Amino acid sequence: MKIHEYQAKEIFASVGIPVPRGEVAATPQEAQRIAETLGSPVMVKAQVHAGGRGKAGGIRRAETPKQVNEAAKDILAKPLVTHQTGPGGKRVNRVLVEKTVNIANELYIGLAIDRKRRSSAIMVSSRGGVEIEEIARQDPEAIFTEWIDPTIGLPVFQAYRLANYLGLDQAQTRKVSSLIQALYRLFAGKDCSLVEINPLVIERSGEVVALDAKVDFDDNALFRHPEIAALQDESEVSPLELKAKAFNLNYIKLDGNVGCLVNGAGLAMATMDLIELVGASPANFLDVGGGADETMIENAFCILLSDPAVEAVFINIFGGILRCDALAQGIVRAAETVTIDLPVVIRLEGTNVKEGRKVLRRSSFHFSSATDMQQAAALVAAAVEGRRA
Amino acid sequence: MSILIDQTTKAIVQGITGNEGRFHTSRMIDYGTKIVAGVTPGKEGQTAEDVLVYNTVSAAMAATGATASIIFVPSRFAADAIMEAAEAGIKLVICITEGIPVQDMITVRRYLDRLGTILIGPNTPGIISPNKCKLGIMAGYIHREGPVGVVSRSGTLTYEVVHQLSQLGIGQSTCVGIGGDPIGGLSFTDLLIRFEEDPQTRGMVLIGEIGGSAEEEAAAYIAERIKKPVVAFVAGRTAPLGRRMGHAGAIITGGSGTASAKIAALAKAGVTVVESPANVGATMAKIIRPNNRGLLIA
Repeated sequence: MKIHEYQAKEIFASVGIPVPRGEVAATPQEAQRIAETLGSPVMVKAQVHAGGRGKAGGIRRAETPKQVNEAAKDILAKPLVTHQTGPGGKRVNRVLVEKTVNIANELYIGLAIDRKRRSSAIMVSSRGGVEIEEIARQDPEAIFTEWIDPTIGLPVFQAYRLANYLGLDQAQTRKVSSLIQALYRLFAGKDCSLVEINPLVIERSGEVVALDAKVDFDDNALFRHPEIAALQDESEVSPLELKAKAFNLNYIKLDGNVGCLVNGAGLAMATMDLIELVGASPANFLDVGGGADETMIENAFCILLSDPAVEAVFINIFGGILRCDALAQGIVRAAETVTIDLPVVIRLEGTNVKEGRKVLRRSSFHFSSATDMQQAAALVAAAVEGRRA
Repeated sequence: MSILIDQTTKAIVQGITGNEGRFHTSRMIDYGTKIVAGVTPGKEGQTAEDVLVYNTVSAAMAATGATASIIFVPSRFAADAIMEAAEAGIKLVICITEGIPVQDMITVRRYLDRLGTILIGPNTPGIISPNKCKLGIMAGYIHREGPVGVVSRSGTLTYEVVHQLSQLGIGQSTCVGIGGDPIGGLSFTDLLIRFEEDPQTRGMVLIGEIGGSAEEEAAAYIAERIKKPVVAFVAGRTAPLGRRMGHAGAIITGGSGTASAKIAALAKAGVTVVESPANVGATMAKIIRPNNRGLLIA
């Protein structure tokens, strides 16, 4: 789960990690009032779950409260388009208004899970404030990493070694070392999947401050952190995805024209690949899971059909636990409640496949049936082409 | 021969009294698997599917001499269940449960490595050696016994591939789902080497997906150590960047873990990489049965 920068900074402040003074605003007037209290100049920062905000004009410096009002109005007025949002961009509902700091030095600190080494890793670099992935590619030596033994936690010497690598004076090294310890306690204590400060700033006064904050959490661990789960901003999730989640379905909206309904994430991705191989493109990822029942199938089918971009539907089910007859009944029930004027291709295989096919044949519902994936994909391609012709 | 499990394997089921545990226990017994005990804290003395239930793994082991355990307990208790099995001396643990917190799995994996316990999963359909033993949730009837080892990060996609193989008359030695989570037990390489050394196995199918670097590591290992033919498919070429596609494992960040990088690495290692998921079985058929004669069913 992702949270906003302002939420991450509130968490930082609560564990003793210094952040710039600031407040979040939902309107230009509110932003202006915050600037009047803080004193100018300030930064006005778009609060959306996407990287590349600066380059896209989502982070601006304002010299007066009036300029803050204008900057906030501008940022809140239109979707922010960054390299991570897609061409449609993302609506900005809030801006963070923050006191500027006098930067002497910009550093990088990141905590993440290293899958290959099967442990948490802490990375630091003295070259903060820029695309760290770019630095990692061009000059791997510029990043120093320590791996953490989960049974021990982070010993002080490792935190100190990380801080020491940054080439700061002794007072700053000690400050950064204890900041790294606080970050690790947060990372381990709240089941984070990522904690990143880029840049961590050394001010001209010598103070250390987190100018940016990015914190992601492990969805699987949210059950033990209800206060974190409550931070989720539902406006960041597409309405169809939210609806799917409520039905326990795993749905992701994509840009294509073939809606697909599949059981299992791997088979769902393979089905999307197959759709592309025959010249069409998937409108969504939809995994109904291994244990889906009739009602879930019915809901899934309705969600799929409510996407206006869908021109054809491909249902690909390999029933193991999910029985083909239950699936067929779900589809037939859905077909009775909504009007379907799109071509539907169904490929069923696995447990109770004969009964499933019988249920479909007996219904008044029109569809093309395929016995294997290859044939199904060809039918889907023909269906999309037929509608275009 | 097969790898890891065969007709002699005696297993316990942790979480046997839950819906999932009960349902799959009966399926596994029907398949011929020797399920010798169940474990659910607080339910000792009861039976589930005619299997006697114990409070602890150590008690179940002492009574039965089981060497394997399959776990169906809910995600918030599953990490503990894995460690309990390992500590009691179980040598092979299969964890079906999905949704275990990643940081819990980091600790679990350290603990298991220290005790020398082998883990399959979590978030896996399990393992099957056709006609011998099934410790998993896959539909048994799609499998046939034969010469191909299957190792996969996915569930239903594995069923699809196994079905393709069986339809073409090509049986399987053992099929293993390594699970879709970022941190788990046996990796592709751990299984490839076992298949390489298994006399029944004549070829292997590797099913990967986007995210992480397990396929790249497998590629490097294959180039160095694996002589038997390997056919691979990598799912997720069309998956968008930075989105989580169901499995925690299937997530791409930055430039690493993309399908194209994995496909390139595997192809370079001499693996036959199949573009379409519909052609995995047919491709293996051509390699393992060049003159297209005879069934490869044991």
